[in-house]
Amino acid sequence: MPAPEQRRIIFKHIDESGYSNDLACYLKHGGYEVLKQAVTRPPQALIDEVKRSGLRGRGGAGFPCGVKWGLVDRRSGKPIYLIVNADESEPGTFKDRYLIHQDPHQLIEGTMISCFANNVTQAYIYIRGEFPHGARILGKAIAEARAANFVGPNILGTGYSCEIHIHRGAGAYICGEETGLIESLEGKRAYPRIKPPYFPAVLGLYQCPTIVNNVETLCHVKHIAEIGGEAFARIGTANNTGTRIFCVSGHVQRPGCYEFPTGTITMGQLLNEVCGGPLPGRKFKAVIPGGSSAKVLRFGERFKGRRKVGADLVDFDWGVEDLPMDFDSLALIGTMGGSGGVIVMDDSVNMVEALANINAFYAHESCGQCTPCREGSLWMKKLTTRMVHGPARAEDAALLKDVADQIPGRTICAFGEACAWPTQSFLAKFGDEFKNHHETKQVPKPTATAALV
Amino acid sequence: MIPMPKPDLVTVNIDGREIAVPKGTNVIEAARLVNVDVPHYCYHPKLSVSGNCRMCLIEMGLPSVDPATKAPIIDPASGRQKINWIPRPQIGCGTNVSPGLHIRTTSPMVKEAREGVMEFLLINHPLDCPICDQAGECKLQEQATAYGRGYSRFVEQKNVKPKRTQLGPRVMLDDERCILCSRCIRFSKEIAKDDVLGFIDRGSYSTLTCYPGRPLANNYSLNTVDICPVGALTSTDFRFKMRVWFLKQTNSIDLESSVGANTVVWSREGVIYRITPRRNDTVNDTWMADSGRVLFKQVAAPDRLTAVQVNGGDSALDHAINAAHELFKTSAGAIAVVGSGRSSVEEQFLTKQLATALKASVQLVSRVGEGDQLLVSADRNPNVRGALVTGLISTLPARQLTDLTVAIDAGQVKTVISVGEDLTAAGLTAAHLAKVAIVYLGTHANATSAAAKIVFPTQTVFEKSGTFVNQQFRLQKFSKAIPGVAGATDDLCLLAKLATVAGRSLVAGDLANVWQALAAAVPVFGQVTFANIPETGLLLDCTPFAVLPFVEGETLHYKPAAATA
Repeated sequence: MPAPEQRRIIFKHIDESGYSNDLACYLKHGGYEVLKQAVTRPPQALIDEVKRSGLRGRGGAGFPCGVKWGLVDRRSGKPIYLIVNADESEPGTFKDRYLIHQDPHQLIEGTMISCFANNVTQAYIYIRGEFPHGARILGKAIAEARAANFVGPNILGTGYSCEIHIHRGAGAYICGEETGLIESLEGKRAYPRIKPPYFPAVLGLYQCPTIVNNVETLCHVKHIAEIGGEAFARIGTANNTGTRIFCVSGHVQRPGCYEFPTGTITMGQLLNEVCGGPLPGRKFKAVIPGGSSAKVLRFGERFKGRRKVGADLVDFDWGVEDLPMDFDSLALIGTMGGSGGVIVMDDSVNMVEALANINAFYAHESCGQCTPCREGSLWMKKLTTRMVHGPARAEDAALLKDVADQIPGRTICAFGEACAWPTQSFLAKFGDEFKNHHETKQVPKPTATAALV
Repeated sequence: MIPMPKPDLVTVNIDGREIAVPKGTNVIEAARLVNVDVPHYCYHPKLSVSGNCRMCLIEMGLPSVDPATKAPIIDPASGRQKINWIPRPQIGCGTNVSPGLHIRTTSPMVKEAREGVMEFLLINHPLDCPICDQAGECKLQEQATAYGRGYSRFVEQKNVKPKRTQLGPRVMLDDERCILCSRCIRFSKEIAKDDVLGFIDRGSYSTLTCYPGRPLANNYSLNTVDICPVGALTSTDFRFKMRVWFLKQTNSIDLESSVGANTVVWSREGVIYRITPRRNDTVNDTWMADSGRVLFKQVAAPDRLTAVQVNGGDSALDHAINAAHELFKTSAGAIAVVGSGRSSVEEQFLTKQLATALKASVQLVSRVGEGDQLLVSADRNPNVRGALVTGLISTLPARQLTDLTVAIDAGQVKTVISVGEDLTAAGLTAAHLAKVAIVYLGTHANATSAAAKIVFPTQTVFEKSGTFVNQQFRLQKFSKAIPGVAGATDDLCLLAKLATVAGRSLVAGDLANVWQALAAAVPVFGQVTFANIPETGLLLDCTPFAVLPFVEGETLHYKPAAATA
């Protein structure tokens, strides 16, 4: 089956020749027309559209956006804040940065519509510290939008006012966790909060109800407001609506960002046809489907079981190539769609080394607040680093699994899962490589200098 | 007795046992009520919940109800309401009880979670217990023994961190031992209101430190040492001095102000090594000021009085008592007594007996400083209210003994009995002292003892038992921690002897008998004996004294009458 055509909604104009990120170009392509129309509608109607659209968050967890908005405490009398989570730090994910660089006004329009819908008068864009250029572009874009009265006081003469502030992070992965982000925005260490009681929808920024949405999610809101929730829900598959941007990286011929209706393309089509297949002379070995925290998949394994299609239960028997790229199918086989970062590894990769690399990342990024993640992530890093660079032992694989098993489900935030899942899945899928590592690993022999012989 | 309002009770099930606990109680406290230990490090009953150590993970379930009808779902096997157990362990500290909550603290899931957390806490811990001051009172030791696996699987390099960082004048930090529970940070911020501590760096390399240029120097800094569950924060004063398991603990009261913080005095073989706070939720919670922790040093101070003196020469006690008797006779009708707000209730009672026998006027010296709104009140005398209750005085003491100086100048006073008060600090000049014969009862040398005709060395609060009445009119007792120094006489014994020679018919000089007399003489004490005063103190009726303009401002668990009215 040939791969379907890309359906570019978010990336509609991006990469078109002559498309620039300034306001004039955006307006020429119909920019801010949706906002102009949205502010004439009752806010609740917009929320209902988003609920009907079935839009799921694009940051990683895939939580339904409409439900998230529905949880916001609107009776407290406190202001409601909206935060754009532009702290895109998940290894393998690079869609939000691209969006911000190429089309910042689309994000601003989506944000303003969401703010209007939720009666938010103060929005923040929390942008990753490593994106200085993105922050500059957004700053310029917001200034342009403010000058054109799309942002700021009395927007488009409606009497509705809303400000957007940009806040740059200081370089920490944990700031992508929404409560950690809120702490960081408040000027503190980005220690995620304990839930309960600190659910952002009730006690978020400055203890006020807060909505935290991913960049891509908010861009989708713009299109939902444009075409309506039902029309949006018809794109993609049931419960996995709209389009999805896949950031393919690693050992494929054509890595990059690709946008497809969710669930209409399989992993095989994406990697082999869209991305041009493996590099010459290589074979695919493994793929991480949703950012480095998602559990790895081994090419050649089969996934069998039953799943719900509509009202019926249907048997499925998938290889990695057959996997539909949507939230539910990937969750069904024990991994996740996550942030859409597809990391491909071919047969040149040693899985122990690959895991050592991932573990180094998580050990470096653990905030250090709660014990299992703080100590476990570093232990796993030290273990895998020793396996690669030092004396590996036969019992290391079993120990590594035990350590990883002691982390998830016992931490304050989802980082516990994020740091343990790679190790757990690498060991589950490539256990032999880890078990035999102490025998098979290639230790470079010290080269004897001729003069000394 | 005013009946306590009944708090809303919630029934929970802990390891199969039903218990009703007040609403808002968290799982750790609820379990404590049925003697079930939920191990924890970061949780502290008097601090905000941080939930970071993950040691208190427990298994939790709620009774299941039909989502549509809200009717309880009954488990056919047991005939009881079915329990929906949450598949992931939950933290006990951050979970408040709700009706029907079920908790398992001994299930395999909980056991495994505890073993995991214990192992993680120990992998980068230096395990230097043999040289660690916390050993013996270390939560890490106790809980590793109780809930850990007992062996280590860690073969990598441990993290290296600073071993001795002086955080402030009294607190030393060993970062390698720190388990990053953040108790000290929360204490500084929430209780001491001196936000100087924080973490730097990330992950397992996180390090506790002070903000740049801001030492941990507030008067409550040593509480961080008390609440540190491990040996990371140690007191520079106590560090490396003594193993804690050798120390005897004696309940005492902080005498630096009228707050009357409850304390424990730690001593071995007659030597005190440290003072720590003792929990009393109605007085000092679990805190005390640093300034109160060094008071034991007065016991062995070089200026301690250790010999009875008459006319500047050492004397035997009986000889000095006789000399006092002579003095009382020769100056009859011209004697003044200066009592003390630092004396115990019992001593003040006997001082009153003495003054009555001598028909002497009685005054107290006030010590007023600035209150810190926490645990050091404006009144630096611990027991002014005791003097009021026993009837030693009827008005609040003044800072200067103006009446006494006038009387001395007029020649109306020939002999002054000072119970531990330095008269020169209370406005008397050397000329005044020279005009009168002074009988001084006290612990330490000062200008008054130097000028005194008769000096009776007495005991410090650590060497005797007694009671104080604090600013809340709470009668609190302290006990003898160490034997008195050689040469010093028990205050009660001495006062009883003096009252007897002054003409009172045999006055008892021991605690039990003094209390018999006290209870008979002071109605508010009713049935009180020294033995039956609860360790948390006994609140006395303060209405007779409500009109007095007490100097204290608001402190922890105390609001001045004017403020409450």
